[in-house]
This record gives sequence, C-alpha cells and structure tokens, in this order.
Amino acid sequence: MVIQQAPPGPRPYRPSRPGRALRGSAAAGAALALALSAMPAPVHADEGDAGGGDTLTIGIGQQVDSFSPFLAQLALTTRIHSLTYPTLTTYDPETMEPAPELAESWDTSDDGLTWTFDIRDGVEWTDGEPVTAEDVAWTFSTMMEDSAAATAGGNYVEGFEEVTAEDDSTVRIELEEPRSTMLALNVPILPEHIWAEIDDYGEYNNDEEFPVVGSGPFVLTGYEPNRSITLEANEDHWRGAPGFDTLVFRYYPDKDGMVEALRNGELSFIEGLTPAQADALEGEDGVAVNNATGNRFQAFTINPGAETQDGEEFGDGHPSLADTTLRQAIVRAIDKEELVGKVYGGYADPATGYIPSRFEDYTWAPDDGESLDFDPDAANEMLDEAGYEMGDDGVRESPDGDRLELRMHVHNDRPDYVQVGQFMEEWLAEIGIEVQGEYVDPGVLSDALYDAEYDLIFTGWQVNPDPDYVLSLHTCDALPETPGSMRGDAYFCNEEYDELYERQFSEYEDADARKETIGEMQRILYDEAVVNTLTYPNALEAYRTDQIADIQTQPAEGGLIWGQDGYWAWWSAEPAQGGSGLRIPAGAAAGIGAAVVLLAAGAGFLLWRRRAATAGDRE
Amino acid sequence: MTAPAHSEAPAGHGAGSGEQREGIVRGLRYIGAKLLTAAVSLFAVMVTSFFLFRILPGDPVRSMTQGREVTVEQEQELRRQFGLDQPLWQQFLDYCAGLFRFDLGVSYQYRIPVAELIGERIGPTVLLAGTGTLIAALLGLVLGTRAGWRRGSATDRVNTGVALLLWSVPSFWLGLLLIVVLASGAGWVPGLFPTGGMMTPGTTGLLDVALDVAHHLVLPVATMVAVVYAQYLMIMRSSLLDEMGADYLTTARAKGLRDALVLRRHAVPNALLPTVTLIFLNLGQVVGGVILVETVFAWPGLGSLFYSGLTVPDLPLVQALFVLFASAVILMNLLADLVYPLLDPRVRT
Repeated sequence: MVIQQAPPGPRPYRPSRPGRALRGSAAAGAALALALSAMPAPVHADEGDAGGGDTLTIGIGQQVDSFSPFLAQLALTTRIHSLTYPTLTTYDPETMEPAPELAESWDTSDDGLTWTFDIRDGVEWTDGEPVTAEDVAWTFSTMMEDSAAATAGGNYVEGFEEVTAEDDSTVRIELEEPRSTMLALNVPILPEHIWAEIDDYGEYNNDEEFPVVGSGPFVLTGYEPNRSITLEANEDHWRGAPGFDTLVFRYYPDKDGMVEALRNGELSFIEGLTPAQADALEGEDGVAVNNATGNRFQAFTINPGAETQDGEEFGDGHPSLADTTLRQAIVRAIDKEELVGKVYGGYADPATGYIPSRFEDYTWAPDDGESLDFDPDAANEMLDEAGYEMGDDGVRESPDGDRLELRMHVHNDRPDYVQVGQFMEEWLAEIGIEVQGEYVDPGVLSDALYDAEYDLIFTGWQVNPDPDYVLSLHTCDALPETPGSMRGDAYFCNEEYDELYERQFSEYEDADARKETIGEMQRILYDEAVVNTLTYPNALEAYRTDQIADIQTQPAEGGLIWGQDGYWAWWSAEPAQGGSGLRIPAGAAAGIGAAVVLLAAGAGFLLWRRRAATAGDRE
Repeated sequence: MTAPAHSEAPAGHGAGSGEQREGIVRGLRYIGAKLLTAAVSLFAVMVTSFFLFRILPGDPVRSMTQGREVTVEQEQELRRQFGLDQPLWQQFLDYCAGLFRFDLGVSYQYRIPVAELIGERIGPTVLLAGTGTLIAALLGLVLGTRAGWRRGSATDRVNTGVALLLWSVPSFWLGLLLIVVLASGAGWVPGLFPTGGMMTPGTTGLLDVALDVAHHLVLPVATMVAVVYAQYLMIMRSSLLDEMGADYLTTARAKGLRDALVLRRHAVPNALLPTVTLIFLNLGQVVGGVILVETVFAWPGLGSLFYSGLTVPDLPLVQALFVLFASAVILMNLLADLVYPLLDPRVRT
C-alpha cells in the first residue's frame, strides 16, 4: 500500500512573501547556471561578517569531529550534514509526521520486511551530476559492509539484509525483521561518484576540498577549526533557494560571551540558554527569545539490584531499593512543581510519564487515583506501614536492619541537575532517608552506572519524534550480558513491559493502538518507580529580529529552532531588511585596536629608553 | 634550582691558564648536570602522562557516544579506530614509539593528528599569553620600582592596593565585566571591541588581519595583565626594599649621586634578579595558556583545547599537551639556570 504521496508544490512550508518569490525566480532565471559551473568559494566581498545583509551567524560551542557523514556523531556536525546532504525522508515542520524528502513516496510490504522508496527526479549534486537510486543504495550498502563507514550510523542499518537500486529512481530495502525507524533514517545520502574512490572511511574527514559536493539547501564552503564553519546557499535546491545567502557558525566556548555577542549583533542566533540568560534577554531591543517546549526529559533512576541477562547479580546498590514501596515513597517525596519554579525559573514542565509532553501522541499522565504525586505525609505513611522504622537520628531502618542511607550521583557539569540534586537531598531527609549527594564528572558518573555502584543516579534523554529508541532502553535485552556492558541506563527488566514493547512495534500502522500500548508501557515504568522522570526542560533560544525577520519553528506551535529534525529553520529563515546592531564601523574599531597596541609598544619603548639612558650614564 | 652544582674546587696554586681551564670544566659540568636533570624530568613526564590520564575516570568511547543511539558494533569500531582494543602494554609501546617519531597520534574528538591541532593553536596561545606576560612584567617592574622606592607614599599605597585588588579578582569575572562594558554596548554607548574570537571570519590582507587580530587581542590581554601584574609588582617592590638597606646604596648616595641615578644604576639591577626568575618561570607556562581567559573570549588557544580534551578524555590530545606544557616549563627552568650565572656572578662560584 502507498503510505504517503509527496505534496505537490515545491515549497509547502515556506511562509509566503512577495519579495522572496521575486528573489527566487531571479536566481532561477539567471544566476544559477553560472553558480553551478563554479560553486563560489566563500566570498566575503563586504568585510562585515554578521552585521545584517544576507549572512546568518549562529553561535556554537561544540567542536567538529568530522565532516564525513560516515564518522560524524556530534550534534553540530550531524546538523550541518542535514543542511548539506539529502536524506530519504524528513519530518514535517508543522506536524512532525514523516514527510517526503529525497524519496517522493514509499511503499512497504505487508510483512514489513520490504520497503520501496521512489527517488525524486531532477535532483542534482552541486557538481551537476544527478542524484540517483544508485547513490542511495551505495550509501547504505557501504555502511552495511564496511564497519568504519558505520561508525556514526550503524544503528540505522542494523537488521538490513540488502539495499538495491531497481532503477534510477527506485530503491528497495530488504529487512531481516520489521523495524520502526524506516521513516526516520537520519542517514545523509552521499554521491557515489566521489565517495567510492576513498580508501579508508575510518580516516577520511571530508575536509580537504571546499566547496564539498552535496545536495542540501546549503553547501559547505569553508572551515576554520575552532573559529568558524561557512555554508553558502544552494540556489538550485529542488525545494527552492534558502532565504539567507550565507550561514556562518562561530565558536564561543563560553555561553555568557555568546549572549553578549548576540547583544551587540555579532551573532544572529544562539541556543541552549539558561533561564537566567533568557530572562536577561527578554525585553532586549531587537532580540526575540524562543521559549520552546523541550524534547528532553530529566530523570533519575533507582538501582533496583543490578543483574545481567543471565541473572548474575553485581554492583553494590542498597539492598532495600529492590522494594517497590520504598522506590515509590522516594518519588512521592519529590515536588516536581517546585523544581520547575525554583530550578528552571518556570521554563520547564513537571514530568508526568516517560515521553515529554511535547510529543502529544505518546505522552502519558497517570490518573488522579493512581498518581505518585508529591505528598511527603503519604510517603511517610507508606514507609511506616512497610516496616521501615524511624530511628532516633531521623533516619529510617529497613525491616532487614539496613539504615536508609543512599548515594545519589549527579552530573556536576549541569547546574540545573546540581540544583535538583540539592532539593532532593532535603526532601528525602524529610521522609527519613539520608542522601549523600555525589556531584561528579560525567565520566565518574558513567563508571558508577555501568558498574552498578550507585543507589540513585541522574539521567536525561532527547527523545526522537518516534519514541522507539528510548523505550527500548528499558527492555530486558538492554540488560548487560556481562557486568559493565549495559546498553540501557537503568537495570530495569519487566516481562509485561517487553511484551508491550513487541506489540507497539507490530502496531506500527495502527496509530491509536500503538499510542495506547506506549501509554501502558509508561504506566509500568511509572508504577515500578525505577525510572523516574522529573521535568521536561524547555529549549531556550534567542535571535536578533533585526537580522532574522522570520524563521520556521518545529512544530509550528511552541516549537524549537536549533534541535529540529530536518533543515527547516535555516532554509526558511528570512533576512531582515536594513536593520543592524549597534556596531561601530570596522575601520574605526581596527583603529582603536591599533591605538592600544601602539600605546603598549610606546610604553615598552619608553622603558627601554630609560634603561638605555642609565647604561649611558654609567661612570 | 639555582644553587651551584658542586662545591668550590680548591683554587690552590694554579697559574692563570690552569684556572681558566678549570673554570671552563666547572662551567661545562654545571651545564651538563642541568641538562641531565632536564632530560630525566622530561622522561618522567612522558611516562607519567600515559598512565595519569588512563587513571582518570570515564571511558572515551562511552562519553563520546553518550545520549546517542549506538550499537555494540559501533562502540567496538570506535575502540578499534582509537586503538583502545589493544592491551595496555601494547598501547604504551605504541605511545612511546610515536613520541620518538614525533607522532603524537590522532585526536579522538577532532579526528585529525594531534600535532596538527597543536600547531594551529600554539600561535594564538603564545600571542595572547606571551603578550600578556610581557606587558604584565613590564608594568609590574615599572610600578613596583616606583612603589618600592617611595615606600609608604601615596603612590605606593595606591599602586599596591589596586594591584592586589585586581590580583584577587577572578579572571573570568573580570573578562565578562569588560565584555559587558566595552564590547556589548549599552544604550547609546557603542561596543568598542569584539566579544570574542581572534579574527573576523573572511578578513584578508596582511595589514587588515594584523589590525583585526590586535583589535580582538585588546580585551583578553587587558584581562590577563590586570590580574597577573601584581605578582611582578610585589616581587619587584620587595626585592627593591631589600636592596635599599644595603651598604652600597649608602655609598652611592655618599658619592653625591642623584636619587634617580642611585635607583637606576645601583638598586634596580640588583633587585631585578628575583623578578627575572619569575618571568622565566611564567614564560614556561605561556604555552599552557590562560584557560579561563581563553574560554571567556573564545580565544582559540591550547588552554581551551586542553580543557575540551579533558572532559572526554581525549587521550592522545591530553597526553601530548601534558608533555608539551611540562617540557616548556622544564626548558624555561633550564634556560633560567643557564642564564642566571651570566646575570649574577655569585652563582658562578
């Protein structure tokens, strides 16, 4: 059956504006043939960098691992690849449903084992060669055969049997077993005629020759390590040319410095703001703060007694934590609303289920009666009834005589986690549990997790539009085969949960049934209280309205700009006309710099003269 | 470090040439001993560096793939590419062999040779930290001399007070303050300086680049100088105070020399010695950069590179940087040891 047809128009999601259509057609008419024959090297004829015009400057803190899509794993580089290479499908920016990209439409067999993608006609690489089904088949096949090429995306081709190009515009993928991620294959398609000639994909970084041949809305044209990455618009992109001519990613390792750079107009866009930074920027002239519903959850897990898949126990978690009542009491002692207000300054939602509320289709909340909402009195009562006796020093003892003294591992590089941890220490003390906060490096924390040497431990995940992966983390399969090799992030294993996981998988085409099943799974996680979500932090971003007139968020309501699936934001961004920050002309600025250097040199010279004079005076 | 390497040889009855030869031999032995010490320290640093960072908690592959969906095969592939699938002794041998070939390995995070990364960053670091150290030293010497010579005067009190106040200010805070005041602009006040980076992307032409870099250099250097010049000032001031009680100054005054001449010709040259040692020691740390200043001003230097490597840990990168930082300090100490006898005859005997 055909699942989806491509929408007809070439620009379904672009906010329409007369000026832009004009610009687009002019480009199509004349400049394009010229631009293609020699993709422009980074042109900076006007020496300003971000002061408006058609350059959009984005502040970044993360480094580049590789510009080879086979190797790149970091958020920054994968994001850049989504701007410069095509993928089979994408996500609709408005609805977040899977949407056509390089594949115009697709088919799946009834058993879900064969997928056929129809490749869009007339799409070209930036060197003029056509993008064909062969390129797609070659990209996937290379990742299946060469483990070095699967460094970054091996998870996507896991369970692929064979990928073949039936003709120039049809790709068939055969699977060993049905997979839920076939419309979320975030694998950049590469030009075979260039990449087939490379010997060792483990060592090729794709950063030797610019511009880099791709077929996205932008072309990678320049890279200065730790300074900037430059992308130029691909005027010839099948969906239409992007609004800005140039995207520059500039390095700012310090967030506060980044905020100041946005303030004075050196940057057009920044993301990952703290609530304090967002508050400070709110109301600033020419700056818009985008307070987007986040796709992350922040959580802590409780060590229920770690086991391998064969049932071998290991680690040194507190023995009493195997008791569900104790775990539930811990959850009831925590005031999530207070965390949202005090730690996140209101820029978050209190967590209900496992999947963040942003994903309306899958998020879940307990009914009032069965809720483990904040209620320390109820928690104390539960513990009293279960035989945890309060000691004289205000710390309870388990029926087996173990003092309820727990360690709590928290990432020390995340200020919000540290604050949440401090609140939790206090709240748990009120129900007779002594918590020793261990605020440690992520490395130490991850060692504690894999060795199961923890009691409570913090975690957090960014959730994909399809929640399959984060759900798979808590199946029994995710338990370690041998101690220290876990795939998940909690030692959770529940047969009913596993059955439901299999079922949601097969219900892939019945959205309502799948939604219900995923809700059931979250109910189990909630009741077992091993994996406990606390908040869904918002994504806080800001941009200069005097540089960016308009930009697409995903989803349309309360959506985000930076963490999108697909290239929508930067493709849709429209330059503002005539605006610019309060910057002094580059010449004057350079003059001031020169004056200061001269002054310093002068001081040095003077000192030298005085010493020389002394020497001259010597008797 | 500056003590004579051996006890004084009996001068005895030797004639002029014999004494001279003896002097050369003694000098060579002094130099030899210093070189040997430096070589031993360097070797110790190389070995320590390998094991030190392997004791650090955290698994590079896990921390690099944290929060992402990866298969077991992908993790194994990464371990293979990084050489972490080899036994420890094999890794150690490879590391040692690499060092002797000046092959520092390939960074895990950046996937380019470490030597290349260091090459890119060492220039900016030396530019920033070197300029900062020199200006701070000059400023400290001048102000310290003034303050010491007129001890207790208003100049002294103001200078020492201001210097100590700035010395106790955290550099990242001062840097941010300067950015807010001088770079962001507030209301009708324009931002005078860029908030960070070393160069405006796309600047071309030698003069333009030099001016642009100088423009970017002002705030970070100012921050660094403001925070560190106090140590030069204080050392210069106190060693000048030591000299001021000395008999030769009284003699110089008795000769009727002007005050300024007494200061310049007699007091300052003697008081300069401890400060010179300090400058050398600090120059050794110049390559280590000034991590906080580099971070606040987005300066592409070695300090921030080291920091980014530590969080992974990016073993080849942090190992190489550790060896580099340590050898710079060792080298500068060695230089100080070798130069000192030339400056101070007392060390020669």
